[in-house]
Amino acid sequence: MVDLTAAPARVDLLLMADMIAPGAKVLDVGCGDGALLKILAERKGIDGRGIELSREGVNGCVAKGLSVVQGDADTDLVDYPDDGFDYVVLSQTLQATRRPKEVLEHLLRIGSKAIVSFPNFGHWRIRAQLAFLGRMPVTENISYAWYETPNIHFCTIRDFVALCDEVGARIERAAALDRAGRPVRMGLPWSMWNLLGEQAVFLLSRD
Amino acid sequence: MVRPHAAPATPASEADQPSSLVLRFGADRPLLLDGGGTVGPWQIAFQTYGTLNADRSNAVLVCHALTGDQHVANVHPVTGKPGWWESMIGPGKPVDTDRFFVICSNVLGGCMGTTGPASLRPEGDAAFAVDFPVVTIRDMVRAQAALVDHLGIESLFCVIGGSMGGMQVLQWAASYPDRVFAAIPLATAAKHSAQNIAFHEVGRQAVMADPDWKAGRYLLEGTRPEKGLAVARMAAHITYLSEPALHRKFGRKLQDREAPTFSFDADFEVESYLRYQGRSFVERFDANSYLYLTRAMDYFDLAADYGGSLAKAFTRTRTRFCVASFTSDWLFPTSDSRAIVHALNASGASVSFVEIESDKGHDAFLLEEPVLFATARGFIDAAARARGLAEKGAA
Repeated sequence: MVDLTAAPARVDLLLMADMIAPGAKVLDVGCGDGALLKILAERKGIDGRGIELSREGVNGCVAKGLSVVQGDADTDLVDYPDDGFDYVVLSQTLQATRRPKEVLEHLLRIGSKAIVSFPNFGHWRIRAQLAFLGRMPVTENISYAWYETPNIHFCTIRDFVALCDEVGARIERAAALDRAGRPVRMGLPWSMWNLLGEQAVFLLSRD
Repeated sequence: MVRPHAAPATPASEADQPSSLVLRFGADRPLLLDGGGTVGPWQIAFQTYGTLNADRSNAVLVCHALTGDQHVANVHPVTGKPGWWESMIGPGKPVDTDRFFVICSNVLGGCMGTTGPASLRPEGDAAFAVDFPVVTIRDMVRAQAALVDHLGIESLFCVIGGSMGGMQVLQWAASYPDRVFAAIPLATAAKHSAQNIAFHEVGRQAVMADPDWKAGRYLLEGTRPEKGLAVARMAAHITYLSEPALHRKFGRKLQDREAPTFSFDADFEVESYLRYQGRSFVERFDANSYLYLTRAMDYFDLAADYGGSLAKAFTRTRTRFCVASFTSDWLFPTSDSRAIVHALNASGASVSFVEIESDKGHDAFLLEEPVLFATARGFIDAAARARGLAEKGAA
């Protein structure tokens, strides 16, 4: 049985779930243990599929009854047809891909809309660590030492906005989350989101 | 249908009078074959487990591999050994016979009661032997569909099988998309590789090189090409294992002796083991049937029937798939399963795919693999909910 009552859902997952219309067809790229797919199946009645790199993650998802395949965002998205899904979600995975730009282009090709969340390397805490300690930043959100991190392509919120522009993605909605996982107040300029947001969630469509 | 009979079972008696259920089709209902010929009258031997529910929606078809048969979850009538997949199928197992109606039939061309080269000709005087027409995986599936029709089942809840059984699962999904709710092809491929065809050819040549094969007419001549078939089985058996598994099981250990004998006796345990595998196989299997079934696998290339595009085989399919491979399987490697998954993704199908860590090689799908069972159970339970099948124990 899919147990949806066990742990309180992560705020970023709820925020992403909020961006998805009920009954939609959703592909979650890098779906991990299937937490988002479970929330979406339970609360939105979506038709969900997942791709996950780790064998353990995939085995757990399939044993929970989720439709998940073992695969790599960098190499396997090419097999998915154009407009096969209403939404393609990439949650906290973009920074771990080898070719983030190509991955983003695939998301926009496969889905009518793409939802991307990522840790913001422009957050003031990270900037401060680099500026004042002269060390590669290690925070609660970005908890790996530089020599063992899977996160090989960090970006800031402003970097991501520039990439969206470059690949012709329209930003339909965006939210930055502070340390406690609360959305940073609306109406602030990008530069403030970039300073105060520990992570960001974007809803994109093709221009 | 004929109930099991009482006489002791032998390979010869099983070919025509199987110790299982059997459905017979008269000459007026021949089976049309891909090769252009027909068989008829013909029969299909099968076993069932569990109970078909009132709306006939809980049937699971199990497709057996090259040397398997219909005795998937009961004691084998010839060998006296347990069913070949009792770890997967039975009460409380992933394919739960308390919940599902399980059907397993002997394949067309087999030798356990479904019409094949060891079956008597309709005239009843002699076996077909090599006059039996060459059959394909699709022919096997067509025969199974006739059985499923006869049982009054419009749509199967699930079709499951590994290796050659997995090929039949894929063929079912392609040929009868509306009759398969869920499909579980394990350790299989959508086409047989050149390497696998090569191994099969070695096996067939071993059989045909045995003087007792008598140009295929050994049943008529009263001989059995046991040596050739045993060698074929020994070679094939190596391909079902893996180097690490052979090393773990046997290493270079000697068989019941302290030192090598400087002869061609079975000094090594692994030799003795293979000889045993060969010997026990010939006691239960027909050599010509081995030729026909390996040929059917060689001819399997699902994409070829769809203009070379495997994705087109699954266009607009509503079947949900669960594909699994094993890390040490070099006969049907993970890349074969990935090719299936890529095609299913391209056709927009609902698909799960796991590669399971195991050092047991191709045979892993038949063995104790907890991750495989957890995967199958999770997938089957979710599919049963989607199908609206009652939970176990519910009214």
